[in-house]
Amino acid sequence: MTTGLTSNAVTRLLATIGRTSLGALAGIGRIVLFALSTLRHMVTPPFYLREFTQSLINVGFLSLPVVGLTALFTGGALALQIYSGGSRFSVEAVVPQIVAIGMVRELGPVLVGLMIAARVTASVAAEIATMKVTEQIDALVTLSTHPMKYLTVPRVLAGLISVPLLVAVGDIIGIFGGWLLATQSLGFNPATYLQNTVNFLEPSDIISSLAKGAAFGFIATLMGCYYGMQSGRGAQGVGNATKSSVVAAAILILAANFILTQAFFAI
Amino acid sequence: MIELSGVHKSFGSKQILRGVDLSVARGESFVIIGGSGTGKSVTLKCILGLIAPDQGVIKVDGEEVTQTGDRDAFLSRFGMLFQGAALFDSIPVWQNVAFRLLRGTLKRPHSEAREIAIEKLRRVGLSPDVADQFPAELSGGMQKRVGLARAIAADPEIIFFDEPTTGLDPIMAGVINDLIREIVVEMGATAMTITHDMTSVRAIADKVAMLHGGKIRWTGKAADIDSGQDPYVQQFITGAPTGPIETLR
Repeated sequence: MTTGLTSNAVTRLLATIGRTSLGALAGIGRIVLFALSTLRHMVTPPFYLREFTQSLINVGFLSLPVVGLTALFTGGALALQIYSGGSRFSVEAVVPQIVAIGMVRELGPVLVGLMIAARVTASVAAEIATMKVTEQIDALVTLSTHPMKYLTVPRVLAGLISVPLLVAVGDIIGIFGGWLLATQSLGFNPATYLQNTVNFLEPSDIISSLAKGAAFGFIATLMGCYYGMQSGRGAQGVGNATKSSVVAAAILILAANFILTQAFFAI
Repeated sequence: MIELSGVHKSFGSKQILRGVDLSVARGESFVIIGGSGTGKSVTLKCILGLIAPDQGVIKVDGEEVTQTGDRDAFLSRFGMLFQGAALFDSIPVWQNVAFRLLRGTLKRPHSEAREIAIEKLRRVGLSPDVADQFPAELSGGMQKRVGLARAIAADPEIIFFDEPTTGLDPIMAGVINDLIREIVVEMGATAMTITHDMTSVRAIADKVAMLHGGKIRWTGKAADIDSGQDPYVQQFITGAPTGPIETLR
């Protein structure tokens, strides 16, 4: 009797694990197929230039304030932390080099990616989900317009192109934040600080930063479009799509960051 | 012109269509009536290919809709007025109306597309100054008119109307019904409307079909609907709370 009950409980547990695993794998499969379909539509006409330009403004230009402020404060805080931590080993002088490498290789791309996930992924998912629940996506199809080409491709392409540029801006402003704090509060010489920064950075640091930006831009906009298109009905459907898109984008950005860091810098 | 035979569609375990058979002749105004959730919208969406049926055959002019090679050419024969108008919020009214004329195979120069849009807006009783407004700035009735103007903008052969009077006051509903009838006659288009508004049915329909339990329960001329003997149709058109159609209380 007891053995039977234990066996049932084990079977139920295994069934739950199996269902969850299959569900997760099916979800990953759907996202991969969606990404492949997006890439295919990116290289086949028609192209919607007006929608692409609008997306470029929305994803890139309008994200500049949030990216700038985030990078500025992070650069300043980073300089302070490195100075404070470095003083324990009497290596305070490495602040410019570590701020530069920290911002360009890691914090710049990751923070910009996460800010884009918060600002752009959420808005794209909510917009497309609302279009879905109000039948605007169906209307697009009846008007002979492919929703992937009209909605997804312009947004993902805008993410792919504009986020690396935002990362470059974020890197520069982050370094500027560190420079500002170091020269105003920590007594560093402004010209020497900049000289040390420029001399220390290598082309591979900058390439990795921009490559991460492109990958994160692709992920952030793709997740917004995917979850928007998969939205359920009503206000709850839109809310769930928005939440899921931001969570998925943030996790995938952090995972991609680890993979790309391994690819660029693994010794 | 449009033929459905044995069309089935389920969503998960919920079976919506259980073998729909119907036939719509060219130039006819065909109305499908039925209660909420009986699969009227699903039927329209299956014809357009927005939803793939699980079983059955749907043909337009003898060609199976699932086998159409050129999807754009197929869809360019249709116009559709959605229940909530489904206007695109991010673009002004005239670009909504001229959407099909601004891109794709029917693309026209910008100024010509705008002229056509304004002409279609005028046809549905809206003044040209509405053209540059955004959909959110319009009332429900005006949005329906814009939706109607968009449906007829490219002079389609077949027009679908999904609950054209839902959410409108009786007078505005009457205006929309009259407009639909006038436009369909004027364009010589084949029209297919789904509704549960009997005033719409009497104003728009040449022929009526009742969808119930996932099947076509009754089909006949609009003029015969009141004299019909089918108890389901009688309960539906009289709105009787008791009868063969189960109601939740």
